[in-house]
Amino acid sequence: MTATAPPSTPVLQARGLVKRYGHVTALDGADLDLLPGEILAVIGDNGAGKSTLVKALSGALVPDAGEIRLDGRAVRFHSPADARRQGIETVYQDLAVAPAMTIAENLFLGRELRRAGVPGSLFRLLDKKRMAAEAASHLQSLQIGIASVRQPVESLSGGQRQGVAVARSAAFARHVVIMDEPTAALGVKESKMVLDLIRRVRDKGLPVLLVSHNMPHVFEVADRIHVARLGKRVAVVRPSEISMADAVAIMTGAMTVDTPAGDAEA
Amino acid sequence: MVALLLACAFFAAQSDRFLTGQNFSLILQQVIVVGVIAIGQTLVVLTAGIDLSCGMVMALGSIVMSKAAVDHGLGPGTAIACGMVATMAFGFLNGALITFVRLPPFIVTLGTLNIAFAITQIYSESQTVSGLPDTMVALGDTFSVGSTSVTYGTVLMLALYVLAWFALRETAAGRHVYAAGNNAEAARLMGIPTGRLILAVYTLAGLAYGIAALLAVARTGVGDPQAGQTDNLDSITAVVLGGTSLFGGRGVILGSLVGALIVGVFRNGLTLMGVASVYQILITGILVILAVAADQLSRRRSLRS
Repeated sequence: MTATAPPSTPVLQARGLVKRYGHVTALDGADLDLLPGEILAVIGDNGAGKSTLVKALSGALVPDAGEIRLDGRAVRFHSPADARRQGIETVYQDLAVAPAMTIAENLFLGRELRRAGVPGSLFRLLDKKRMAAEAASHLQSLQIGIASVRQPVESLSGGQRQGVAVARSAAFARHVVIMDEPTAALGVKESKMVLDLIRRVRDKGLPVLLVSHNMPHVFEVADRIHVARLGKRVAVVRPSEISMADAVAIMTGAMTVDTPAGDAEA
Repeated sequence: MVALLLACAFFAAQSDRFLTGQNFSLILQQVIVVGVIAIGQTLVVLTAGIDLSCGMVMALGSIVMSKAAVDHGLGPGTAIACGMVATMAFGFLNGALITFVRLPPFIVTLGTLNIAFAITQIYSESQTVSGLPDTMVALGDTFSVGSTSVTYGTVLMLALYVLAWFALRETAAGRHVYAAGNNAEAARLMGIPTGRLILAVYTLAGLAYGIAALLAVARTGVGDPQAGQTDNLDSITAVVLGGTSLFGGRGVILGSLVGALIVGVFRNGLTLMGVASVYQILITGILVILAVAADQLSRRRSLRS
């Protein structure tokens, strides 16, 4: 398994990931390839191991066996902070925002900017002005319309909150943005806004790994679809080449695909 | 704040002795110990915790520092340091049990409340410690502003409030205290070491109780093993009246000073009006419920708009 041709070298690659919980095998030699500049959706029935897979890739758990490669380099994550340091940002299903704090504070939570010189280094004072300005420009670059970054997150709608969480990841990710069910709690209009946002993140050059239950959303936004079943990757398909019904059939095991697609795309 | 001003206006109308500099200086002296304890309590409450042990830990600190000076002949500086170490050790113990053993703060501090009380009684043999060196009670000394005499302890309390307020507002660690109280899981996922943070908060609260112990010793001139028995609930009252949410993550520490002053002003004003102390307690209870109800209602309304 050599990655030679540069344009198709996966940004994020997993080989043979195994994770067991007692007698339950959540991941049974799972592979994954996320290519540069794509939105790769991961679908699978409950228990297919997709959330375990995503947790392994975002550092939330350590797999028992297998290898993760980032830009061709083998990496090991022991915590979400580890993965973040390597340039992988995750948007969590339950948002991971502090509702009483402002948008700017949430964007820089845990990565606050300090003032220059002695006030910053010795007294560790925050540079609130710069954080507000940068937060506003991050939101603007993703066309998230919010009046002021100094308002608390709890004053926002569900879609706008998701926008803040996505903007935070896009602002700090250097390699990959992982999104775990980003539209699960949203209405139709807000979901559309978040799907547009996911495309804009990709168009900025960041590949997106999207985990979703929602087939229409997956088919609307994904470039390729990774189908997980029983802790393995069973297929990688293109939404333009397959029907939603067939994708579901592969997912449930009613239909099988011979080609272990998804390695190097021609 | 509005409540404080209204209360002041009311009592000023009721008693011509209320609105004097001397009387305000007295109110400040009366709230000083609870006021400084409330600094520690606010830090804890902001992380969605609670500290029931604070008053007893303060009493232990005052006994340790006064016995160190009187019975063991240590210098005032060393004696004070011994007291502070004792209160910070209790703060650390609270924080460690909450962080590492994952016990609820209510239970942990209920336990340490009793432990600190018992150690205080055993160590002091329930005797007041008197004959303290002058330097240890110096914070009770006064200086004059016009015709009003102000204690150094009052100035220390105000300075500590400003310092704590500034640090909570302007430093990353301060914002992390709010984040940990508002959404601990989010704080953890964003790489904030919440365990270490909680440990630091309870230990710093212990330091505040140690300073409160010094102020209590300076105010009364003795180490009193019976001190601080209602200070836990009094400090929680001050924190809540000051608008800090008991669910954590919301509030301004200066509010706790205002909260402590509201209670002080009510007690003082009602005393000047000749109201018996049981009625003062009754009114304080009603006040807490009204203040929190008003706060909740206004918050719900502002969220809906």
